[in-house]
Amino acid sequence: MGELNRMTIAGARDALAAGEITAADLAMSCLTAIDAADGLNAYAHKTPTLALDQAREADRRIRAGGAPALCGIPLGIKDLFCTKGVPSQAASNILKGFRPEYESTVTAKLFEAGAVMLGKLNMDEFAMGSSNETSCYGNAVNPWRRAGDKAALTPGGSSGGSAAAVAADLCLAATGTDTGGSIRQPAAFTGIVGIKPTYGRVSRWGIVAFASSLDQAGPMTKTVRDAAIMLGAMCGHDPKDSTSADLPVPDFEGMLTGDIRGKRIGIPREYRMDGMPDEIEALWKRGTGMMRDAGAEIVDISLPHTKYALPAYYVVAPAEASSNLARYDGVRFGHRARLAQGDGITEMYEKTRAEGFGPEVQRRVMIGTYVLSAGFYDAYYNRARKVRALIKRDFEQVFAAGIDAILTPATPSAAFGLGEMADADPVAMYLNDVFTVTVNLAGLPGIAVPAGLDRQGLPLGLQLIGRPWEEGDLLNHAYVLERAAGFVSKPEKWW
Amino acid sequence: MSIDIDTARKVAHLARIAVPESGLPKLAGELSAVLAFMEQLNEVDVSGVEPMTSVTPMRLKRRADVVTDGNIQEQILKNAPDAREGFFAVPKVVE
Repeated sequence: MGELNRMTIAGARDALAAGEITAADLAMSCLTAIDAADGLNAYAHKTPTLALDQAREADRRIRAGGAPALCGIPLGIKDLFCTKGVPSQAASNILKGFRPEYESTVTAKLFEAGAVMLGKLNMDEFAMGSSNETSCYGNAVNPWRRAGDKAALTPGGSSGGSAAAVAADLCLAATGTDTGGSIRQPAAFTGIVGIKPTYGRVSRWGIVAFASSLDQAGPMTKTVRDAAIMLGAMCGHDPKDSTSADLPVPDFEGMLTGDIRGKRIGIPREYRMDGMPDEIEALWKRGTGMMRDAGAEIVDISLPHTKYALPAYYVVAPAEASSNLARYDGVRFGHRARLAQGDGITEMYEKTRAEGFGPEVQRRVMIGTYVLSAGFYDAYYNRARKVRALIKRDFEQVFAAGIDAILTPATPSAAFGLGEMADADPVAMYLNDVFTVTVNLAGLPGIAVPAGLDRQGLPLGLQLIGRPWEEGDLLNHAYVLERAAGFVSKPEKWW
Repeated sequence: MSIDIDTARKVAHLARIAVPESGLPKLAGELSAVLAFMEQLNEVDVSGVEPMTSVTPMRLKRRADVVTDGNIQEQILKNAPDAREGFFAVPKVVE
């Protein structure tokens, strides 16, 4: 067998179980690919020694029999997850040198299932960004390029390193997190699958917090089947996260029947944006046709408050971030600024945070501080929370009317060039999240599925949104879309 | 709502982020642009709507009020930029 790093989770699981390959060879294949791909800057911290130790242990478990599906599967882990003894700094200088004394629930679950960690993946600082350009490690680079053009493109963000690593076969799959689209937008930009589960499905414990009422972790994978396998290993009730749902975890992979006959798919008219590129519109139409051909009923629906999702998000998320990021004060962990003679504790806080946080994080912390400050709390924060309730109600109404899933574009464009948005105002970058952010505000599960290439040869994705806690049904819809779209393209190797 | 330089200075201080005087006009401009974007929310009729407090209608779990860990001083202090004699050390707090 050649290039083991190109395998899917499902393929590797079966080959491992059959004794055709070993976890150690699989890990080594990925580690070799990683070392040859520094130009993508996907990995911020490599952990080859740990990976090979874990792989050898996995091989022992597999030989003993009865090993779980993820046993021996090499994964990349987003830098937002705290991993014991391994640098975990949310791509921020303020957490430089931080090595957690504990393991996040998600990574602990993955390791219990036998997964192998290859390293920590690049991302936007504190997951704040849509292009991986706010990272203290520098840009992650999309393995895809426009046809006949060498310009470096963004892999999206904030889980940009995760997306680049999966698309370039630098791991079999990766963890991501999604606060406003940070799994789905990079998945769409790199031609891979990414699912954000229902809020509460996956424990947030040990994941560096950005906006606690919106953050959810999920898998980023090469196929829908792999997403089903890995999601099953990531979710489950955790007493350490008070918002973690105490619900049984279904066999997601077993729910991939490929049968959606009689299901009702909603097409929300508000997602047809002014100035949306023809190719996105055409892709959406093709996707709709695929679902219809599979026997689903297509229904035009209305989600009237869609337009207000982005402004509501950009009040709620910075408000929560300003509170969550108050802990970075130079006292308990991470960076502390060098102080001048006579500086007191306030100067220590102010200098530490000015040095440690990058410009986008500073901006969001200050916006959050402003909207929560006396006199503005009602005008901004409370109003945004009311609009959020209306956005959630929009979805509840269509689901109550019998809609099983909603089909939309995943992003308003294909991947753009690194640096292309440098002079744009911050709001222009925020528009990347226009199709994904509603899902976080409503706490729903959403998945991005690669569905085609644009004229320049770049991948485009479609998004499916499901009912709360119905990830299994959602994955099955995605599976049908994946098979119908038949997306098999890979980026041409240049790195 | 436009943010002036005095407000920008105040917000930076509330957020405990040092911003030099020369950086305040740019900061004020950026904050104003984002707030202008948020003004759209005023178009929405929110009368009679309760602000969302929890994402999923779920009762938070309770647990017994007992100590479940402890004696991990070394781990707690391990990542501190300045720890002395079992404590976090900081510059002078009171005169």
